[in-house]
Amino acid sequence: MDKPMVEENKNILEVQDLVVEYHTDNEVVHAVNGISFSLEKGKTLGLVGETGAGKTTLALSIMKLLPKVTGKIAGGSILFNGKDLTNTPENEMRMIRGSLITMIFQDPMTSLNPVLTVGDQIAEVVEQHMKLDKKGVEDRVDEILKLVGIPAERKHEYPHQFSGGMKQRIVIAIALACDPQLLLADEPTTALDVTIQSQILDMMEELKEKLNTTIIFITHDLGVVAEFCDYVAVMYAGEIVEMGTAEDIYESDKRHPYTVGLFQSVPNLEEESDRLKPVDGLMPDPVQLPAGCKFHPRCPHCMDICRTQVPEDKVFGTHRIKCHLDF
Amino acid sequence: MEEPLIQVKNLKKYFDTPSGYLHAVDGVSFQIEKGKTLGVVGESGCGKSTLGRLILNLIPATEGEVLYKDTQVTGCSPKQMKALRHEMQLIFQDPYASLNPRMTVSQAIAHPMKVNGLVKGKAAIDEAVAQLMDTVGLAPRYAYSYPHELDGGRRQRIGIARALALNPSFIVCDEPVSALDVSIQAQILNLLMDLQDERGLTYMFITHNLSVVKHISDDIAVMYLGQCVEKTSSRELFKNPLHPYTKALLDSIPVPVLRKGARKKRAIAGELVSPINPPAGCRFAPRCPFASEKCTCQDVPLKEVEPNHFVKCVLF
Repeated sequence: MDKPMVEENKNILEVQDLVVEYHTDNEVVHAVNGISFSLEKGKTLGLVGETGAGKTTLALSIMKLLPKVTGKIAGGSILFNGKDLTNTPENEMRMIRGSLITMIFQDPMTSLNPVLTVGDQIAEVVEQHMKLDKKGVEDRVDEILKLVGIPAERKHEYPHQFSGGMKQRIVIAIALACDPQLLLADEPTTALDVTIQSQILDMMEELKEKLNTTIIFITHDLGVVAEFCDYVAVMYAGEIVEMGTAEDIYESDKRHPYTVGLFQSVPNLEEESDRLKPVDGLMPDPVQLPAGCKFHPRCPHCMDICRTQVPEDKVFGTHRIKCHLDF
Repeated sequence: MEEPLIQVKNLKKYFDTPSGYLHAVDGVSFQIEKGKTLGVVGESGCGKSTLGRLILNLIPATEGEVLYKDTQVTGCSPKQMKALRHEMQLIFQDPYASLNPRMTVSQAIAHPMKVNGLVKGKAAIDEAVAQLMDTVGLAPRYAYSYPHELDGGRRQRIGIARALALNPSFIVCDEPVSALDVSIQAQILNLLMDLQDERGLTYMFITHNLSVVKHISDDIAVMYLGQCVEKTSSRELFKNPLHPYTKALLDSIPVPVLRKGARKKRAIAGELVSPINPPAGCRFAPRCPFASEKCTCQDVPLKEVEPNHFVKCVLF
């Protein structure tokens, strides 16, 4: 893929042909199989897919937090501001992680340390990455708590004294404490109630505009993506099967059959229907992926060619679909 | 009109905590007709799971009663309860935590039958297990797998098979699809609805997901802090929501449709207030955009404002 230089500078993240595998004693798990995409600064990319699609593995590869013994980046590159993270040594990664690239984990109940006050947990990141004196750290903690809508007086409390929504705000505060350039949000609202989810999304939307952070938003909820993201990538079995602007995915008449299936799995609030039409079957076993198009065993439009030949991306402007069908 | 299978009358559960009585369920009444589904929606902490457990007498009620057909469920002796368990079962929320990690799939499904002595003899049990696995769509090759080898959807199918093992007529489904992916969620919902058609099951479906509850329920009860604030048919609730909390809930659902321009700000502020010694009056008042003095001075009754549409709000 040759792109003009001008565009390269705009992209904060470029992932090319990324392959990630987990090696265990007797098998190799193909978690990410040749993913390429690029993301402009200040934009939000929604990564949608089901469990096992490789969404979290992709995020962990960008953070270089794959499990040490089993996880391995087997090919491709991850360019962050032009720097290839795949061959960046660990000591350098420690400086990038938490300051330039940060991550919000799915479950706020388990991602905080129960024996440290929330103020200390935020201060930990600030001390590590920002050259500030003790007073400066304290001020930064207060400032960042206020930013996520928590009174600064509560910094002396422990995680168990906060509700789930409040805990997620603290996790977001930790992620934003050092003004990161890239934020990986892994299902940040999945564990929350709808009214609280709505509050958190409002807040993230506001912060996104205020801080101009580039965000990769991982979720399985097509509704959340519609409200929050500029670009959408649909992942299946370690590949991006469809990618485009939010308009491309939600409003185009051209869609990957898997994306169609995902949309039909969600009960519609506006229409009455007796039965959902989910995608039949399950995500293939990443140890033994099917030949040809990885979606073909579940695809309602499967043709002969799909069983043998891996489809190429069909490109329509900003929209690309990995499928043999004619659109 | 069918006679109600489950009747709940003024059911209350207070937990005694060091700081006072926690009103988990506070005066809930409803009935479910045979073969129907009552959806119970609400956010965490509204008492919906406690309500499910009270109905199955897994925890004793503080006040009020639950009737299964004509049998009193509340205050049953353990022996009577064991017999009633054949009729009333529960599907748990978290398929990751509700299965014994040291039991294979077939052992887990056989367990309820063995405990209740429903099926005797190894061959008979194996056959019953195989049949149940087929019913819930689990391939026979998983019979000797352990839960950790299976994905969430398959685990939840085990949970459903276990609930069906005693051939119950009433099942409390406590957030059975919340932990699952959307396409798997849809498969499980279809399975539950098929089972209802085939076996004439009656469900109480507890969930926080409004699109799911709309899809599966005949009637819906919306709960807030231990009380039922609105109750009506599924269609009516979505067409004509009356209680401000119901409206806020409906507005909070992210819809998979692009809205041009900025996301409109519509989250209701605040969080659940403490259910410990709640003040008199409407419990939603502190978050309600329409709250007035009238809301805080006395308890608001659940009023029938239209046929089969009950609302607990001073506005109506």
